[in-house]
Amino acid sequence: MNQQDLIKEIGNIRSLMERSSKVLSISGLSGVLIGIYALVGAAAAYYMVYGFDSQFAYRDHYVTEPAIIRNLFWIALTVLLASLTTGLWMARRKANKAGQVVWNASSKAMLLAMAIPLITGGLLALIFLSKGLFGLIASTLLIFYGLALTSASVYTFKEVRWLGLLEIVLGLLALLLPGYGLWFWVLGFGVLHIIYGFIVHKKYE
Amino acid sequence: MSVDFSLYNKVFENRIRLQIMSVLMANEGYDFSSLKDLLDVTDGNLASNLKTLEKEGYITVEKSFVDRKPNTRYKRTDKGAKAFENHLSALENLIKQQYK
Repeated sequence: MNQQDLIKEIGNIRSLMERSSKVLSISGLSGVLIGIYALVGAAAAYYMVYGFDSQFAYRDHYVTEPAIIRNLFWIALTVLLASLTTGLWMARRKANKAGQVVWNASSKAMLLAMAIPLITGGLLALIFLSKGLFGLIASTLLIFYGLALTSASVYTFKEVRWLGLLEIVLGLLALLLPGYGLWFWVLGFGVLHIIYGFIVHKKYE
Repeated sequence: MSVDFSLYNKVFENRIRLQIMSVLMANEGYDFSSLKDLLDVTDGNLASNLKTLEKEGYITVEKSFVDRKPNTRYKRTDKGAKAFENHLSALENLIKQQYK
């Protein structure tokens, strides 16, 4: 065995250890797209609540009207589904390119780690919705999404941990500043995803 | 120029076995089909190398059923982890030796 072989062999071991334990197929560009969807969704929500003639800061509607709540709910759900579809589809493409499968032992472990905080946060938000505690929903979802990301980060890029921590901070701030929930969503789900996506894309793709 | 070969492990001379052990070092446990996908080897090749590692006492095998399909999970033993680390040190020493 000569030196080149040895070094190659050790490099091989390293890459295998990483590939087997980390989910590296998450696409950075999908993060950018997901952030853009969130911004579009937030713009739609803004116009629905505040209307187009808001230069005097008068609202056309209030968030407590049932029809508005229903529409906001559908906007949020559409953005969520579009984001999930894009994320999965692009992860699949990236994995196929690298000759790997998306659905492996580590991606399963990562989804399980995310599922617990995400489902808890989702149920909590639905309970708040049913009790009329609308002001708590934006921050709850940000906080629990951040928790899900930090627990998922063990299985993927370390940048995800930072994304998660920042989402938690934004969620807590949203709780301190009631009434600005939409703006915190714009920052958390829109701007942060776009920045994160660019960083991952530049660094790893 | 003398190289210490006592840490060098013949079992890991086989590339597949070294790769299996790397995966089991990085993960708590791994199942047969995921291992097969990752290493891109045939069933027979993988199975026979797993058997060797099991006979050496480097890994343990756990058979169960998931959705009525057989699922075989492998885990490293302490002995296996030690052997793997020693083997890596041996490779490292070999490289250092050649730099001199």
